[in-house]
Order: sequence, then C-alpha cells, then structure tokens
Amino acid sequence: MEQKKKELLVLEDILGSNKRIAGEIKKKLEEHGILAVNLLSSPGSGKTSLLEKIGSKLKDNYQLGVIEGDIETERDAERIRKIGLPAWQITTHGACHLEAKMLAKIFDQIPADLDFLFIENVGNLVCPASFDLGEGLRFVLLSVPEGDDKPKKYPEAFITSQVLALTKCDLLPYLPFDTDRVIKEALEINPALKVFKTSAVSGEGLDELCAFLEAELKLRRHQNARAITGS
Amino acid sequence: MHELSLVADLFTIIEEQARQAGAKKVTKVSVSVGELSGVVPDLFRSAFQSYKKGTIADKSRLQLKMVKIKFKCRSCGREITARNIMDESFSYVCPACGSRDMELVAGRDLYLEKLEIET
Ligand SMILES: Nc1nc2c(ncn2[C@@H]2O[C@H](COP(=O)(O)OP(=O)(O)O)[C@@H](O)[C@H]2O)c(=O)[nH]1
Ligand SMILES: [Mg+2]
Ligand SMILES: [Zn+2]
Repeated sequence: MEQKKKELLVLEDILGSNKRIAGEIKKKLEEHGILAVNLLSSPGSGKTSLLEKIGSKLKDNYQLGVIEGDIETERDAERIRKIGLPAWQITTHGACHLEAKMLAKIFDQIPADLDFLFIENVGNLVCPASFDLGEGLRFVLLSVPEGDDKPKKYPEAFITSQVLALTKCDLLPYLPFDTDRVIKEALEINPALKVFKTSAVSGEGLDELCAFLEAELKLRRHQNARAITGS
Repeated sequence: MHELSLVADLFTIIEEQARQAGAKKVTKVSVSVGELSGVVPDLFRSAFQSYKKGTIADKSRLQLKMVKIKFKCRSCGREITARNIMDESFSYVCPACGSRDMELVAGRDLYLEKLEIET
C-alpha cells in the first residue's frame, strides 16, 4: 500500500492538561473561600521555617493546612504537625516539582473550612515555576546566603510570583548581599511584586507578611461574594 | 529536570492526534518553546529520545522552535523583543515612552505546533 505523508497542524499547549486540572482546583478553592499559597525556592531557603513561624502566628484566628511537597521524605510534614497544624505530604518520587494532578489526588482530604492552604513546593527555583497548582498566591523565597544575583538567573519564578520574601535577613550583617540590587532587579522583571524582608530567627517581617495574607484573604472573599451575587 | 513530565504530556497529545488522524506513524514532531518556558532544550531532546521508543513516534524527528520573549507596552502599544531577560541590560521599561506598564505577550508558552504523519 502506498504511504502518504501529511502535515497536521496541532497548536496544543503541552502544559494544557496541568492547566486544566489547576483550573478545577482553583475553582474549588474559590468556592470554599480558601486562599492557597504556593511557596517556591531553592532547597534550604527557609520555606518550612517560614511556614512554622507564620503558621504559629495565624493559627489562633484562622484554620490552616499545609501541603508538603518533597522528593522522598516526610520530614517537613512532621515539622508542621509539631506546631499543631494538619499537614499532607506529597512525595514526588524523583520529580523536582509539584503538578496539579498530584494535588488533585489528595484534594478530597483537605477540609473545606480552611482559610489558608500553604503548599511548600519541592526545593527548586526552576521547574516548579512552570506548573500552576491553582493557587491564589505564589511566593518566591530567596535567602540571603544564596546571593543577590538570582532574579535574572531564574526569571520565570520571579515573573510568575506575586510576593518575594527575602529570607534569613538576620544574616545580612555577615554576608555580602545587596538588598537594594535584588529588589531593583526583581522589580525590573516583575514590577508588581510585593517584597518582604523576613527572618525566621529574629522574627523580622513576619507580622507584615501575616497582615498581608489576612488582607488578601479578606479582599478575595469580598470579590468572590460580589462575583456570586453579581453586584 | 521537569522535561520528562512535559514529554510524557506531549506524548499523550501526540498519540491522541495520531489516532484521530488515522496515522500509522509519526515522522516529525515540531514543538514551539518559549525562552521563558523554563524548558532546557537539550534536556527536552534527550527526554524525547528516550520516551519515544516503542511509541507511534518511534522513528520521528523532533524539531524545537525557540520563541523569543516579547513585551508589549500598555501605554503606547510598542512591542519589544527581549534579547535575553537574564542580560544585565534588560530592563522592564518601555524604550519608546518610559512606561513600566509592560505586559509579557510571548515567550512563556510551550506547545505542540505540528506533526508530520504517514497514513
Ligand atoms: N539564620 C537563619 N537561618 C534560617 C532561617 N530560616 C531557616 N534557616 C535555616 O536554614 C535551613 C533550611 O531551612 P528550611 O526551613 O528547612 O528550608 P526549606 O528547605 O526551604 O524548607 C535550616 O537549617 C534553618 O534552620 C532564618 O531566617 N535565619
Ligand atoms: Mg522544607
Ligand atoms: Zn511605551
């Protein structure tokens, strides 16, 4: 039989299936009035430490939950449970990022009455940036020991985030780290970024960060309510 | 290294498209890669080469088309192609009017553009 060659125009988004699932998660979160926060950073930048601190501050007035993404271990989830918060572990078995379908699998376990759902992504400043999880806010963390040249080296993480948390700022006196340069470069690639200088050791910036989260939750619920009543 | 998961999703699309078109074989796969998509072309290629074995695209060639980062100024409408966002000289300011109100219009996407098939 004769073979016929043919060209097929496809134009299909390779991340389309992730985006579709992320969209479904986003919709459910909005229905329940849950603000989900996806935390991105290199390994060891202080994601779990920051969550322990702001979790302890917010837990008296809000219902919190934490999803921990990790390649193999359950250690971070145990740290979170120690401060009295529910934590769900997703082990990715080698994958360097969380995907929406991994979240979808455990989504039924998440109580509908949460206020904040924090998602600690796998430690990696590159890969997680490509995968929307349906979160309402994305945080990128950059710790002082990592150096001040990162925003332009990892532009996708900085462009897709709404908040930049500079972490371990208690170490600023000991390390060459030009805070102004980092903030300037970050704003050059994403002028809308909100920047917080924080330290899990001294407590610097944590109250401001919590106040920001509370204000965002309020604002989003207000907008949701208006969208539903159509006024 | 998230290229392997992306390639797995790519093959889901390839197989579905090939089935719908009644293809016996896929001989060429053209993928458009935004420079800000987070994809490392070499890693994507090697993931593709190992994944394709035993699939309908077993003998196919992969063509990657890189798409430049493009911004559009919301104030004056000018479009700017960024040579490289990682470059020291890159700045988020419109060279025509000085506005900082810029919108990223190209360079983030990753999509299967076309397939060459044998029926
Ligand atoms: N000096 C200092 N060390 C910190 C701070 N936050 C975290 N660390 C340390 O950095 C290391 C990694 O922190 P961790 O929260 O596990 O980072 P993660 O991998 O991003 O979750 C630990 O040894 C922490 O004690 C901080 O604000 N200041
Ligand atoms: Mg951690
Ligand atoms: Zn302009």
